[in-house]
Formats: sequence, structure tokens, C-alpha cells
Amino acid sequence: MKIISIFTIPPANAGAPGQDEIERMGAYITELRGRGVLIDTGGRDNDMFEKIMSRRDGKTTATDGPFTEAKEIVGGYALMDVRDVDEATVLTERFLDIIGTGTCHLHEVGPTPF
Amino acid sequence: MTPETDLALDAVWRIEAPKLIAGLTRIVRDIGRAEELAQDAFVAALTQWPREGVPRNPGAWLMTTAKRRAIDLVRREASRERKTEELGRDVADAPAGDGFDAVDAEIGDDLLRMMFVVCHPILPAEARVALTLRLLGSLTAGEIARAFLVPEPTIAQRIVRAKRTLAEARVPFELPPVAERAPRLRSVLESIYLIFNEGYAATAGEDVLRPELVEDAMRLGRVLAGLMPEEPEVHGLVALMEIQASRMGARVGPSGEPILLNDQDRGRWNHLLIRRGLAALERAERLGGTLGTYTLQAAIGACHARAGTFAQTDWGRIAALYDALAQLAPTPVVRLNRAVAIGMAYGPQEALELVDALRDEPTLRAYHLLPSVRGDLLFKLDRRTEARVEFERAASLAHNARDQKYLLERAAACRF
Repeated sequence: MKIISIFTIPPANAGAPGQDEIERMGAYITELRGRGVLIDTGGRDNDMFEKIMSRRDGKTTATDGPFTEAKEIVGGYALMDVRDVDEATVLTERFLDIIGTGTCHLHEVGPTPF
Repeated sequence: MTPETDLALDAVWRIEAPKLIAGLTRIVRDIGRAEELAQDAFVAALTQWPREGVPRNPGAWLMTTAKRRAIDLVRREASRERKTEELGRDVADAPAGDGFDAVDAEIGDDLLRMMFVVCHPILPAEARVALTLRLLGSLTAGEIARAFLVPEPTIAQRIVRAKRTLAEARVPFELPPVAERAPRLRSVLESIYLIFNEGYAATAGEDVLRPELVEDAMRLGRVLAGLMPEEPEVHGLVALMEIQASRMGARVGPSGEPILLNDQDRGRWNHLLIRRGLAALERAERLGGTLGTYTLQAAIGACHARAGTFAQTDWGRIAALYDALAQLAPTPVVRLNRAVAIGMAYGPQEALELVDALRDEPTLRAYHLLPSVRGDLLFKLDRRTEARVEFERAASLAHNARDQKYLLERAAACRF
């Protein structure tokens, strides 16, 4: 099953990661790729493009970022191919242990109905 | 740590078991005993972790615990049998303490050794497949049995017998020597592709697809590609699986009926998988040498993936790739597919002659695609009465209820 994990952090914790974190996360990402479970992953800095667009009552509204007042900012994502939700839980636990502070929103995704 | 992790101990086992068993096999030199030792370590974790908390790196904890026990075991046996020389080597091989990350390359080597051992050509294909899913995919015998639609005791027995065969033949836990490397790698690739195909083209039952097996095979392929990045055919196999899997969403209609390539809605193809497949194909081609059978098949799949519509398909190139494939693997099925490609590129009459040359092929006698292809060519040549007979024959040979239904519909369409 495919699970997408969207990772958010409090803005105070944004900024460049330390050397230790870079090394541990690098090793962990390599390990996940080696296990064949990591399909794709990407990170983002707070100064990268951000915009919210929504549609309601036939009208589109758009709000440009950065959303400085947000409690959490998106730091990255991972698309995983795992056997079940428990595997995703275990793998995410180790990710969070390396990151230190942050939140992962895990969502199962499947084929679209379209 | 968190309660979630306590609940997910089974998942920890599934994730860590292949590396554990591989690492332990290097010490105890027997896959069955290595598996037992790994299970013992897991049982120790089940009692210790709820009490003392889950370690930060559960895999490292399990490996350290299990290796300690394995070394104790080897030491006890060695002192009993006075094989002190052997003991010295094994203990020196084993990493001490929690030096887990430092020996990651070594663990990778162990995993690769295990892949070669469980896919050893002395084992029949079905045993290789079962053992691969058991030890490298961490599936239970019950899960494998359900995936292959066979009784669980059959699979359990297959696994036990395979382990015994490997132990009795004293298959060494090492990478195959250069002279044996090519055939041994072929055996590994074939086992992974068999798993893939069992899921992709379900040979029995009502389901056309069993996606879990497809995903298991693709994970194994990615693991192997990471361990053998210099082998073009490994990337070729990964490319082939990614490209084939990209069509999964388009291969089956709303009521479960199979949809053939020319009728598939290409918007439903998974373009992430296509991109990954094309990238893997490029890696295989870049590594050079004569293209192998998996790479050639991936290249054929890539021709379809690159075509925006069925009409845009480069059948000339596909026919040329099938020529190359038929040189390497002149199997009747490849020759049949080559005929189809030639039919698309140069017309049904030329293809029909090639197909007719295959009619006496004993391995195709019960193969439903031969009359199915022949029926299609005859239909295109407007020889409908003959086409109908072929479609009906194909339907009588098809194993899959849905294929059967499709072929009978084509037979009925010949009446108009």
C-alpha cells in the first residue's frame, strides 16, 4: 500500500539542520531506499513557494504564502510503499526520532477514481 | 516510547527480519537456524521492550541481541566439537556492541548473499519463490499460501524442504564465484519476476490482479538494485516491473474485465511509475553491454509508455526489440509476441505466417494466447469464421474466468 507522509514543524524549529541530523537522516533515507519502501521524498525550506487555492460556491480564492502566522510549516514529504499501516508507523517513528520535533500526517493513497 | 510502537511490534519484525536472518546466517551458516535465532531475539524484545521501552533503533537492538546469542551458540558447539579454528573466524566476523550503522555495508552484503542462496538453482522455482517471500519479504506461510491460492501446509512444507535442501547441499553463504555469477543472478531475477507475474497476471482464480505480490516483487527488485547497482539486468528487471505496474489501474475495467493495451485509457497509467521505469531503463542501458532479456522487455514496455495513443506506438521499434529478444530467448512465447509486433508494424498476413509456424509447438498447445492471437489476425483479414473457431478454442484454454468471458465475446462478434 502507498502511504504519503506530510511532515510539519513549528517555525521555530525550521532553519538548517545540524551536522549530526544531516548524517543520521541521510543514512536513514539511504536505508529506506535500500529497503525498497521509499518511493519518493522531498524537503522544503520556509522561503520556498507556498500558496493556498480553494474553490467554494463557484468562486476561487487564492492566498499567497509565506504563512508567517502558521503554527506548523510543511518541511517535507515521503511517499512510502509498505505492506501495512504498522510498517509506516514504525518507519515514521524512527524518522521523528531523528528530526526531534515535528508532526507527520500519514495518509493512505490509492488509484484515483477518475 | 509511544503506545503506537508497542502495537506495531509485528511490523518491526517484518521490517527487520530479513537483515537479521541474513546477518545471523553468516555466523551459524544455516538459514533455518538463523531464522530461529532471529525469532528468539524477537521474543526477547517482546518481553523486554514493553517493560523498558522500545530502543531508538529497534533493528540494531535485535541484531546485537541475536548475534550475541548466535556467537554463544557457535562457541558452545565449537567447544563441544573442538572446531576452535572456525570459531575464531566467526567471532571475529561478528560486530561487537551496537556498531550497527558502521557495518551497514556488511549487512547489505549479507542480504545479497541470502538472496543468492534462497534463489539457488538447485531449488525448484516454486520453492525459491516461497523461500524468497518468507525470508526476504517476511511473509508468513499463510500469507504466501493465500497469495498463491494453495493450501497453507503446502507452502509450509515447501519452505521446510527448501531449507533442508540448501543445508544438505551445503550451499555456502557467499556471493557466487565469477564463473557462476550470471546463471545465479538469472535465477534471482527470475524468482522476483515470478512473484511479480503471479500478482500481475494472476494465473488462477477470479482476480486478474493481486497487487500485494506485485508490490512485494517491486520492493525486492529495488532492494536488489540497491545492492547490485552495477548489474544492468537488475535495473532492467526493475524497469520492466515499474512500467508494467504503471498500467495496473487501466488493465481492469469497472466490472473486473481485462482491458487490452489498445483499449486502455492511457490517462489512467501511473506516470510516476513510468518515469521511474524509464529512469531504471536508462540506468540499465547506460551500464552498457548487450541488452539482456529483462532490459529488452522493459524497452518494449517503454515504447508503449512513451506513445501518447495506441496509434502512435512505434511498432517498428517494438518488432526490432522482439527480434533482439528472440535471439537471446527464442521461446515460443517470445516468438508469438514478436509475431504480434510484426503484425502491427507490417500487417496481419506476415504475422499470420509466423503464428502458423508456431502451431505445432508443444509448449503452446494449451496456451490460450496462441489461438487468441491467431483469431485476432484472422479477424483483421476478415476471415471471420476461422477467427471465431480460434477465439472459442482460446476461451476453452483460458484459466482465468474473466479472460474466458472476453474471448467468448470476441467469438460472438465474429458472427456479424
